[in-house]
Amino acid sequence: MKEDYRYIGKVSPRRDARDIVTGKTTFLTDRKMLDMLYGKVLRSPHAHAIIKKVDKSKALALKGVKAVVTWEDVPDWRGGTPRYTRIMDRKVRWVGDAVALVAATSEQIAEEALSLIDVEYEVLPAVLDMEEALKSGAPQLYDEFPGNVVTPGVPFFGPKNLEEVVMGDVKKGFAEADVITEGTFGYEGFPNPIPPESPGAIAMWEEPNKVHLLVSNQSPYMDKILLWHIMGRKVDVRTCGGPVGGSYGSKQMSWVTQCHAALLSKATGKPVKLCMTKEEHLAAFVTRPPSRMKAKVGMKKDGTVTAVQGKWLIDTGYYSMTTQSQIAVGCGEVQIAVQCPNWDLRPTIVCTNRSASGIVRGFGGQELKCCLLPLISLAMEKLNLDPFEVLKKNFVKPGQGYIWRDGIWYTYRGADYSKAMNEGARVFNWKAKWKGWLKPSAVNGPKRRGIGVGAHGNADIGEDASEAHVRLFRDGTAMLFSCLSEHGTGQTTNFLKMVAETLKLPLERISLSAPDSAINPYEFGPAGSRGTYTIGSAAIRAAEDARKKLLELAAPKLNADPADLEQVDGLIFSKSNPEKKIPWLAAMGPDRTITGYGRFEPDYSFTNFMMCFVEVEVDTETGKVSLIRVLNATDVGKIIDPQGLEGQLNASLGSAGIDTAIFEETILDRSTGRILNSNMIDYKWRTFSELPIMDRVTLETPVDTHRFHAFGVGEIAPSPGPSAVLMAVSNAIGTWIHEYPITPDKVLKALGKIGDAHKGGSK
Amino acid sequence: MAVKTAKPVRKKAIETRSISLTINGRVYEMEVGSKPDQVEPSHTLAHTLRETLGLIGTKVSCDHGACGCCTVLMDGKAVLSCMTLTVECDGKNVITIEGLADPKSGKLDPIQQAFIDETAFQCGYCTPGIIMSAKALLMENPSPTEDEVKEGLSGNFCRCISHYQVVKAVMAASTQER
Repeated sequence: MKEDYRYIGKVSPRRDARDIVTGKTTFLTDRKMLDMLYGKVLRSPHAHAIIKKVDKSKALALKGVKAVVTWEDVPDWRGGTPRYTRIMDRKVRWVGDAVALVAATSEQIAEEALSLIDVEYEVLPAVLDMEEALKSGAPQLYDEFPGNVVTPGVPFFGPKNLEEVVMGDVKKGFAEADVITEGTFGYEGFPNPIPPESPGAIAMWEEPNKVHLLVSNQSPYMDKILLWHIMGRKVDVRTCGGPVGGSYGSKQMSWVTQCHAALLSKATGKPVKLCMTKEEHLAAFVTRPPSRMKAKVGMKKDGTVTAVQGKWLIDTGYYSMTTQSQIAVGCGEVQIAVQCPNWDLRPTIVCTNRSASGIVRGFGGQELKCCLLPLISLAMEKLNLDPFEVLKKNFVKPGQGYIWRDGIWYTYRGADYSKAMNEGARVFNWKAKWKGWLKPSAVNGPKRRGIGVGAHGNADIGEDASEAHVRLFRDGTAMLFSCLSEHGTGQTTNFLKMVAETLKLPLERISLSAPDSAINPYEFGPAGSRGTYTIGSAAIRAAEDARKKLLELAAPKLNADPADLEQVDGLIFSKSNPEKKIPWLAAMGPDRTITGYGRFEPDYSFTNFMMCFVEVEVDTETGKVSLIRVLNATDVGKIIDPQGLEGQLNASLGSAGIDTAIFEETILDRSTGRILNSNMIDYKWRTFSELPIMDRVTLETPVDTHRFHAFGVGEIAPSPGPSAVLMAVSNAIGTWIHEYPITPDKVLKALGKIGDAHKGGSK
Repeated sequence: MAVKTAKPVRKKAIETRSISLTINGRVYEMEVGSKPDQVEPSHTLAHTLRETLGLIGTKVSCDHGACGCCTVLMDGKAVLSCMTLTVECDGKNVITIEGLADPKSGKLDPIQQAFIDETAFQCGYCTPGIIMSAKALLMENPSPTEDEVKEGLSGNFCRCISHYQVVKAVMAASTQER
C-alpha cells in the first residue's frame, strides 16, 4: 500500500530554517519589553535552614532596585504533587533555595543588590542520600511527608493511576525460574540535560489578578493550567510560548522561575524578565531523578523472564512535581520491554535536601531500565544467552499487553518490532561480534572492544488530549491553531505538512497560529513522543472537518452532492464532472472564514520502540572508555520528515542519554549539599571531535494510528543506550561494572589497577 | 554557586574615551562610560552586541567560554564574544551571524544554505555560533577533511546532537566554495 504523498515522508525545509541560520529567531532570552525590569534570586547557601531574619534595607537603597521580595511578602502559592511546596518559605530545603527575589533596572544592579541582603539562618541538619532519609531520626523536609516519603500517585492519570507493578505470583515465578539473580543497582548521577538556552520567563502582572507570561518550553498551554493551580486558582493566567532553545523535557517544569518572575512583576507593576545563568541552570534547576533498586529476577533457560521483584527508590530532591508521573510511566515502560507474568515492583519516592528532580527525556523508564537491565544481564550471563535474543523475545508483541499509567490493561495493537531488531542486528553485525558474556569482541594490545545492546519502548505516543482548529480563508490559505512552540524536533513544520496533505494545498499556504493560550484550544504539547500521533491527529481532524464544511458550502453553488466534490490547490470541483469547479473564494463569499475542529482522545494501545547497539573501546591502561559506534534501530510507522527524524535519533548521545554511562554526571558534595560541577567546563559533554560512528535502521510498518500511519519516537532515543554501554564495557574488560558513569577510575578499579579510594565528593 | 558575590557596578569609567569598531560593515563609535548606551569596561562583546546594539543573533549560553554559542568573527578569526571585552575591540572588524548573508540581495552564505538543506540544527540556539565557527574554518581552510571540520567545531556545544548533519552541511558548503 504505497501512498503517493506530496509532503509526508519528503524532505522539506523547516519553516523556521531561514530565521535560525540568519540569527533572526527570537528566543525568550532575546526578548525585551518596554520598561522591563530584570529579576535575580538570592539563593540559600545551606542545604537545610530556617530563615531567622532578612534585612533588605541596604538592597532597597541601591539605585535601580525596584523590589526585594521574601517569603513574608508572597501569597500562598504552592507547587508539587501534592501541592505542599510553597513558592517561598521560611524554611530553605536545599543549597539554592530562593531566599529573596530582586527586581532592578539592569541585571548587573539586581545582582549587586543580592550581595546587599543580610540573612540570618538557623542551620538544620540535612539529609542527602535517599536511604539515609528513610531512616528514623533523619532530618525531615516537610511535616506533610513523614519519614521523607512523598505521597504516591498522580490524580491527573485517573482513579487507578499506576503506583507500582504488582501482578501474578512472584513466588510461583521464582519457583519456575532456572536462575535467579539479585542485587542493588543504581542510576544516580542525576545528570542535567542542559538545554543551551537556560530556563527563564518574562512576566507581566495586571492588578488585581491577571498575569501574562512569556515562557520557553514545549508545552506553553500547560503552563497556564499548572500555574492556575499553583496560584491558588485565583489568577487568570495567559501564557505565550516561542522558539525554545532546547528543553529535552526539563523546561516543561519551569514553574518556580515563572512564579518568581510573576511575584516580581506583581511587586513592581512592571514586566520582569528572570533568566537563570548557566551556573544556576546546572545547580538550581531540575535534573534527572536518581534511582536505586534492590531487586531479584527469575529467568528460564530459554530467556523467559518468570518474575521480577524489587524495591525502587527514587530521590526527588526537595520536591516532586512529576516524579510520581515518571514512576507511573516507568512502571508501564518496564513491562513493554520485559514481558513477564509475575511482578512485585514497588517504588518509593524520597525527598532529600538537594535540587529537585524533574522531567528529562526518558521520563522514568530510562531511570528504571538503567537499574533493571544490568540485573537481567546477570541472569542472561548465567544461562549463557545472547542478550539481543533475550531482549527481542521479551519485548511486547501484538496481542500481548501492559498496565499503563492509568492502571488499566492495554492489549498492544502495533507492529511486531522483531523485524526492526533483526535488521538492526544485521547492519551492526551483532552475531559476528558477539563472543559471549564478559568476552571482548576485539583486543588490540591494551585496548579492548566490547558490544552491548538495550531496548526501550513507550506507550506515551498516544498520551493525553490535544485539540486544534484549522481555519480556511477565502484566498485559498489556511491556518493551524494549535498551541505549539518549536523546541527543536521540527514538529511544527510536520503538523503543517499534515494539514497541507489533508487539504491538498501547497505547504507554503499553511501557517501556524502564535503559541498563545488566549487564542488556541487545549494542547498538552509535544511531550514524550506524543506529538506525531496526538497533535497530528487533532490537526488532521480539524483539517478534515474544515474541508467537509467547505465542500458543504460549495455544493449548492456547484449544484452537486458534497460527496461528489473534491478540492485541490484551492479549487473545488465535481469528481464526476471536473469541468464544474469554483475557487474557495466563490464558495465562501467575501465575508466568511471556515473553522474546523479536531480533538484527540488518549490511546495507550500503541508503543514505540528503540533498540540501541553500541561498540566501545576501553583503554585498560588509562581506563578511558571511547564510544566507537552506535546503531539505533526503530520502526516509526511512516516517516514524516527524514532529516528531522535523523536528528532525533542521533540525539541518543545528547540530553543526558548514552553519555550518562560514560562521563556525564552532576557531582554533589554530600557533606554540604553543594553541586560541584555547575559550569560547562566541569560538567562534561561530548564534543564534535569525539563523535562515534552513528548508524540507524528505520523501518516503516504502517499501523492504524492516523491517516498517515505514523507515530513518534524522538523522546526515547537516549533511553536504551546507557545500560547497553554498561554491558559493552563489562564485555570489553571481562568483568562486571555496574556503576554509572564508567569514568576511568571505575575501570581501573574494576581491573584491580587502583585501590578502593574513591574520588572526592561523589559518595 | 548559591552565594555569589556580585561584580561591583562601575560607578564611573576609568577614563573618558571612545572606541570604534566595525560590525557587519557598519562603523560604530561608542563612548566608554556607564550610561545605558555606553560601553562599560566590564562589558563583554557579547553583551554589547546583544544588549547595547540589539544584535541578538549572537547567543549566550554558558557565558564563560565553554560552549561556543557566542562565536563571532574578529578580523577573520573565530572569537568567543562572551570572553572578549568590548573596550579591547577598538579598531576591530567584527562579523556576526546577521552579517553573513549578502546585505543587498539577501543571498545566504553557502554555509547557511547548506544548514537549511541538511536541516543541520534542531532547537537552533547554538546554530549561529556553529555557523560562525564553520565560516572561520572555511575562510582559513576552504577544503577541509571531515576530521578537520570536527576539530574546527570542537569548541561548539550542541545538545540536540545535530553534529552529524552539521558536518555534512559544512562539507557540502566547502565543496560549493571550491
